[in-house]
Amino acid sequence: MLDSGPDWRAPSPRLLTMRRLEVAAITLVVAIALFVALVFVSVVGAVIALVVALALGGLLELFVERRVHAWGYAEREDDLFVRRGVMFSRLSVIPYGRMQFIDVTAGPLERLFGLATVRMHTAAAASDARIPGLAADEAARVRDRLAELGEAQAAGL
Amino acid sequence: MSEGWTRLHPLSPVVRLGRAAIAIFVLLLPAVFGGNIARDYPQLGVVALLGLIGFVNWLVTRWRIDGDDLRIETGVLRRQSLRYPLKQVQAIDIVRPGLARMFRVAELRLRMGGATGGTARLAYLNEREVEPLRARLLALAHGGEDAEAPTPEEDDREEVLATLPTGRLVASIFVSDVGIVAEAVLLGLVLGAVFAPSAAGGIVGGGTAEIVGVATLLWRRFNQEYHFSLARGTDGLRLRGGLVALSAETVRPGRVQAVRMVEPFIWRRLGWCRLELDLAGRQRRKGEDETTGRQLRALLPVGSRALALELLELVVPDAPQPTERAPRRVLWKSPLRYRFLAWGRSDRAVVAQSGRIRRVTVWLPLEKVQSLRRVEGPLQRRLRLASVHLDTAGRALHATLRDRDRSEADAALSALIPLARAARRAPP
Repeated sequence: MLDSGPDWRAPSPRLLTMRRLEVAAITLVVAIALFVALVFVSVVGAVIALVVALALGGLLELFVERRVHAWGYAEREDDLFVRRGVMFSRLSVIPYGRMQFIDVTAGPLERLFGLATVRMHTAAAASDARIPGLAADEAARVRDRLAELGEAQAAGL
Repeated sequence: MSEGWTRLHPLSPVVRLGRAAIAIFVLLLPAVFGGNIARDYPQLGVVALLGLIGFVNWLVTRWRIDGDDLRIETGVLRRQSLRYPLKQVQAIDIVRPGLARMFRVAELRLRMGGATGGTARLAYLNEREVEPLRARLLALAHGGEDAEAPTPEEDDREEVLATLPTGRLVASIFVSDVGIVAEAVLLGLVLGAVFAPSAAGGIVGGGTAEIVGVATLLWRRFNQEYHFSLARGTDGLRLRGGLVALSAETVRPGRVQAVRMVEPFIWRRLGWCRLELDLAGRQRRKGEDETTGRQLRALLPVGSRALALELLELVVPDAPQPTERAPRRVLWKSPLRYRFLAWGRSDRAVVAQSGRIRRVTVWLPLEKVQSLRRVEGPLQRRLRLASVHLDTAGRALHATLRDRDRSEADAALSALIPLARAARRAPP
């Protein structure tokens, strides 16, 4: 099978926690801002806005969970498989020999959770392959493994 | 093989200023012909400043061939030392804008591959030096693959594969998609001018920028492709053409990332098509120089399908035909595209056809595939469809097997992955 099997791995469970926190923080900020802006005009309107904003945030939390669970990657013999997306689901196949460089990045929030994003670059701009939310040691392992495989199979343009 | 530093042609700044130089000349006329020097003083100052900047720029710019590299040094405040590895050269072009032809100079443009690849430009060199230098650089670029550098006599042998009669070029522009829209607008304006002069005046006034834009587009196509000829030489395919600005480009067939055949609505009735190719290089970026980031280069600006397929075989060997049609239910999603959607593959190449009004067919040699993707959008999921994308290092083209049955998309992906791997590893 192409996009399922025992060799598929998922990002760290901490990624879901992080994404949930992000959504919760944004929801709260928006809800409070709306409430404060409307409370002087009409208290009822402000309460309704608050409830709607919180409900939307709740829905978004559900969606975020599906999105995080859609991420996955598999290291096959000659290619790296990365899958992502709920609405637009994508399965990218990147031959190791085509990788030009790999970078590992970790933003401030990611560092707080001990996570990192691994990104693979090929000569084609369209092949954007990244795996977010890997535990720092797993990210380093993936990077070293991909670099090693890429070196062994490198092909010219 | 190394040698000393060389400067560019002394007239380079003048040509580089291009149209501005002509404007400056006009600006200077009153001052020269008995004008009031005191009144024209500021203009003279600006001209002198521009001239000085150009001169200094020329003074600090120099180039040399250093082993396998072309090195260019330039800049005053921000000194730049650029190194272009010749092994990564994708194509070498000779470009001669109108002003450069007047001064008998030409620009040499090296298109580089790789993620960092850009364009090395030597603007401008003496017309007589350009051809030998191009041959030498190409020989050095080939160096890794065949040590034998082509000697000048050998270099001159070439076989003309296609030429473009001017009449056909003009006709093709008139019946191209852009051309037809332009004619319709023009007709509308003429009719408007006859029946309601004041309204037409307003339209012309409001749409001047658009009108000029379309006219420029049509003119550029004519200017670039006038007297186009395609020939096969020892170093690759040679593309020549141009009316005011002449260009001569050499493309090595093994460097072609993708080929596209475009058949606009009326051209299809006449059996005409346009064949374009895509080379490795930096993807077009915002703000990039218009000429370097311009459209794909045409292998055949306009010609018969049969000739185009013949030429295609030169750059994409073993090219398949798009035989697999899309399933009927795609009509619900893309009613206009449905009739063109098709793909096909051989062991070494893949072809994908699409388009709404124009029919666009893209061929891709499998050894150039950088990555593969299967994408499934919400609407596609409803209809049990998926698309498979094949990415290359080209500037603009990639092949999309659009809207295939899900199982077919999976089968195609599973088949193409090992085929691309085999093609990549096989000796070229």
